[in-house]
Amino acid sequence: MAGGLAALGPTPALGQAPEHEASGMAMGGQSPASDPAAPATPMIKGTKDLIEYGQRSHFVTSVRIAHPMGGRPSPDMFGMTFHVASPLQDSVGVVTPSSLHYVATTRGSYVPDIDPKQHTMTIHGLVDRPLTFTMEDLKRLPSVTRLHFIECAGNRHNGRQKNVQESHGMTSCAEWTGVLLSTLLKECGLKSSATWFVAEGAEEVKGASSMPIAKAMDDCLVAYGMNGEAVRPQNGYPLRLMAPGYEGIFHTKWLRRIKIVDRYYMNYNDFGHLERKPEEAALAFQIGPKSVITHPSGGQQLPGRGFYEIKGLAWSGGGAIRSVEVSTDGGRKWNRAQIKATPQRMAHTRFGYPWNWDGNETEILSRCIDEIGQQQPTREQVAKYWNVPFERNYRVPGLDNSVMPWRIARDGTVTNGLA
Amino acid sequence: MGSLRFAAIVLLLGSPALAQSPTYGVGRTPTPDEIRALDISIGPTGEELPPGRGTAKEGATLFQQKGCAGCHGKAGIGAIAPALQSNKGQDVPIWGRGRGASGWMILPLTAPFATTVWDFIHRGMPLGKEGSLTADEVYALTAYLLYVNKVIPEDQVLDKESLPKVKMPIGDDYARLPEWKHGTRRLQGYPY
Repeated sequence: MAGGLAALGPTPALGQAPEHEASGMAMGGQSPASDPAAPATPMIKGTKDLIEYGQRSHFVTSVRIAHPMGGRPSPDMFGMTFHVASPLQDSVGVVTPSSLHYVATTRGSYVPDIDPKQHTMTIHGLVDRPLTFTMEDLKRLPSVTRLHFIECAGNRHNGRQKNVQESHGMTSCAEWTGVLLSTLLKECGLKSSATWFVAEGAEEVKGASSMPIAKAMDDCLVAYGMNGEAVRPQNGYPLRLMAPGYEGIFHTKWLRRIKIVDRYYMNYNDFGHLERKPEEAALAFQIGPKSVITHPSGGQQLPGRGFYEIKGLAWSGGGAIRSVEVSTDGGRKWNRAQIKATPQRMAHTRFGYPWNWDGNETEILSRCIDEIGQQQPTREQVAKYWNVPFERNYRVPGLDNSVMPWRIARDGTVTNGLA
Repeated sequence: MGSLRFAAIVLLLGSPALAQSPTYGVGRTPTPDEIRALDISIGPTGEELPPGRGTAKEGATLFQQKGCAGCHGKAGIGAIAPALQSNKGQDVPIWGRGRGASGWMILPLTAPFATTVWDFIHRGMPLGKEGSLTADEVYALTAYLLYVNKVIPEDQVLDKESLPKVKMPIGDDYARLPEWKHGTRRLQGYPY
């Protein structure tokens, strides 16, 4: 408060705490130096680019990285994009900026450069009227705007990862705008034999996946908007399918075609999900309840004992997050965390837990429950379910939604609790 | 009362018909030719398969000519791209092979339907020249890959009729997805 007032007054430096001075002076306080023309603090000069399409402070250096560490690089030597993880350790709130949203392509590919005027999306198969929509057509139809996460099936944590970007960075959450798929399917008229649909992208491999019609009629949308602007090319410009809560690969990017069929179509992507046990197949389809502490997390450093709000993200493919618990003693005692803002269905939900660190070595963990009562398990619990001996780096079957521990050493360093 | 009941009956009778007529009238009807050109999905019944034919012998030549061997290895194994041939004997059951290059993620060996092999070669190969293969070439390459995995004999001709009938070694031994409904749990009782 003092800083804001001082910025307007003639004697800005008087009677202020240093941290207030900095913020106050940024608004244009007088220079204490002899040259009256010299600005008191560094300024960012307006350029055409900055005025037209702004950018973050150069002090903010958070970037995406290739996933997994030591795996296939992105870009590769040909300029192809494979898997790129989002810097969750620096995330605030629940929306992932579009430029930091995780990216994955089926087998590593160039990002298609699609002219929206040429792009169409066709629905055909077991419908009364096949229809082809231009982007203009889609924008005429009633729209929805929803917050949804997308998570890649490869988002698995293990003891080799150093930070939360490496362990959990293949999930992101954005505000998506588009048309409900049910609106389009009603426009086409579904035949009674319609039980599955195949969604297909326009990229070089024409990635295609089978999904149940019940999902299409429930909450799928074809999205042209992302975080208040057009979907980015890496995320499917000009149109992508959102299949909220399903594994990332189902969210077909560069959507060009939807075929309504009467059976599971066993596309190549579907073949990639082949499992022998029905239980394992079920666990590799819809994302389970999952949470992770993003601060303090691996690679970060606590400057000393005292107060910290433990912050993290929780999400589930089963619906909204109902509750989150945090343990600061290695999982012996679990405490109810505070949920920030109203949890949305199939969206990242921010949680916080106030904590006074006593300076002793400990382990911090989080776990969540979603609106249909599914609980995020520890690895011990999963091993017990499958009746296999538990070890710290046990690979859970299906998508990995198990609890993630961060270890805090006496010197305040935070490391992977699975290591 | 009578008119209310009448209205309810009209509503009941009328609603399926209403649901069938377009609400917005946005979008245009594609021609059958446009749909045919766009529809590259080959389902398990093979009903979308185009005319054409091919054998393993022709496929073996194409496998070298079209550059497949460059990424998948001379015999479809041991190179940078996914393995197309198992290095395990025929007596090893599909699910006993483990994951990865030697395992069950080998498309022409472990796919439940040969149509998936045809579909993916046609849709996604060769890298950088996707969609350039003719129907005959795709039949031939599919035959070759099924032959090297000992799924079909070398002289079998694959076409629209015979391809969907190929009996894949995995048979029926794979999991179906659970029926999905709004608010479905991943797995009842998991992990408790």
